[in-house]
Amino acid sequence: MTNPVTAGSPSAPPGEAPPGAARVLAALDAVRDPELDEPITSLGFVSSCTVSADGDAQVRLRLPTYFCAPNFAFLMVADAYDAVSALPGVRATEVVLEDHFASDAINGGVAARAGFARSFDGEAVGELHELRADFLRKAVMAGTDLVCRPLAAAGVEPPALAALTLGQAPPSPALERLRQRRAELGLPAGDDAPLLIDPATGAALGDDAVPLHLRRAHTTRVSIEANAGICRGMLRHRYGTSGLGEEEQ
Amino acid sequence: MYEKDGEKYFVVDGHMHYWNAAPDNWVPGAEQYAKGWIECFHAYQGLGPPATHWTIEHFQKYSEEDLMKDVFEDGYVDVAIFQPTYLKEWYKEGFNTTERNALMGEKHPGKFIYNTRWDPRDGDAGIEQLRKNVERFGSKGCKLYSAEWNAGSRGWKLTDPAAYRYLEACQELGVKNIHVHKGPTIWPLDKDAFDVSDVDHAATDFQDLNFIVEHVGLPRIEDFCFMATQEPNVYAGLAVVIGGLMHARPKFFAKVMGELLFWVGEDKMLFGSDYAIWEPKWQVEGFVDWEMPDDPSLTDYPRMNTASKKKIMGLNAAKLYDIKVPDEYQLKDGTPGAHEVLGGQPEEHAASGA
Repeated sequence: MTNPVTAGSPSAPPGEAPPGAARVLAALDAVRDPELDEPITSLGFVSSCTVSADGDAQVRLRLPTYFCAPNFAFLMVADAYDAVSALPGVRATEVVLEDHFASDAINGGVAARAGFARSFDGEAVGELHELRADFLRKAVMAGTDLVCRPLAAAGVEPPALAALTLGQAPPSPALERLRQRRAELGLPAGDDAPLLIDPATGAALGDDAVPLHLRRAHTTRVSIEANAGICRGMLRHRYGTSGLGEEEQ
Repeated sequence: MYEKDGEKYFVVDGHMHYWNAAPDNWVPGAEQYAKGWIECFHAYQGLGPPATHWTIEHFQKYSEEDLMKDVFEDGYVDVAIFQPTYLKEWYKEGFNTTERNALMGEKHPGKFIYNTRWDPRDGDAGIEQLRKNVERFGSKGCKLYSAEWNAGSRGWKLTDPAAYRYLEACQELGVKNIHVHKGPTIWPLDKDAFDVSDVDHAATDFQDLNFIVEHVGLPRIEDFCFMATQEPNVYAGLAVVIGGLMHARPKFFAKVMGELLFWVGEDKMLFGSDYAIWEPKWQVEGFVDWEMPDDPSLTDYPRMNTASKKKIMGLNAAKLYDIKVPDEYQLKDGTPGAHEVLGGQPEEHAASGA
């Protein structure tokens, strides 16, 4: 996000009406759990979302366990902060992670725009860009399976898949999502780019490499989906209520 | 022992615990972590069938009698392998230490195997302790938590030179089964704590040792699979896979089993209940009954037969731990179980050191 409006900053244009809670929730649809590659809304992680008449937005997030990985938790809180504070009419943003062993460090760190390493002083030396990129590459692999499996089921053989460009593949939400993930990583995402690429390098795949690549893409998707299944089950066990925008799977 | 449709299954529970996480064992000042930890475990239990859920009070501290009934009397288990988890910074006497396990187990000769643990950051003293533990408890395996925080150190890798010293000691002491926790973890905070590449290297360098990746690297099953398929001495520990998915997410259970059967294979998969997170009874019954569903999305996965299930339920682990399995439980056609990396004759299993 560029130029986020920070807490208490006067940069919100005067006279802009505050967004409704529904608009804020819609903005949170763009925030994903980096590990599960799904919006925090549909996962059920948003427990409340309010905006005052003055444009003060408050979002409360919840996670499946007290010990969910703090690095991913930090990214979600920080991304939610950025998404909400960028909305026109939002004067101040507060994002609160509830019921987590590192709630204080994460909430305080995000509010102070301190970055991850400073929020966990002494416990972390690096920021989380590489971690996020690793998981984006997994999302690209899983997304490749999502796009290619229906094609394979329709009889498109691996060499023919390898010859397709993104522009030639049948349009679908899955294809759009794959393009977005590739673009986020700086990988080729235009119409002329090959459908199948090595997510580490962006290079096209040789015919020999295609069957194994597709097999690995499928395993990656199964892994992410199974993990999301466990997370959903534990969240449900922990809270017993639906989050805002939660979608049953 | 479990019997179904005239088939007899020798059951080795490769991953279970005897813990005390009740308030009487919480370290003052760390109560919120001790409480949070056990509540987190308890939430995993929520993924099992509702009739098997416990109250949090019971879950925090169950008795020896509870364990013997749940695991052996009701749960069909023939031999259970204790995997210790220390967590002494949160639990005064540890969460479940080798000592606690052995104190209980020695009253029930032949039922338990006591794995121990080590941490390469403990230096020479740790190696000495490992020797003592092996002598005292007869440990043939150990459970490692490489992501554990320790006095300012942010975890370690099996490939660290200090860890290689311990692996060499394991080789010398006959601790040949290295169970590595590659599953949900907290630390180190800024890294991906599930990375399994260190297991890959260690398994190549220590061919006499077996590396059992517990929880199959969940949530990174794919990384584990791609690695395990290349290393003959890397195994899949199914704790969490069966307990966490078979009931709660049957469709994903089928897919994860399919992936494991494809990449790792039925000779290298080991049942573990993760008791007391889940009781073994429903897991054993459900797994033996389970078939890959007849679904177009699952057609390219290998199928299991009765022999596959016998291997996963106990014969593979029996081989790794030299547990003598009576003839009636062996595969009828002589199909080999886990790969024959282990020389020597199986000996009569007894809880040594008792």
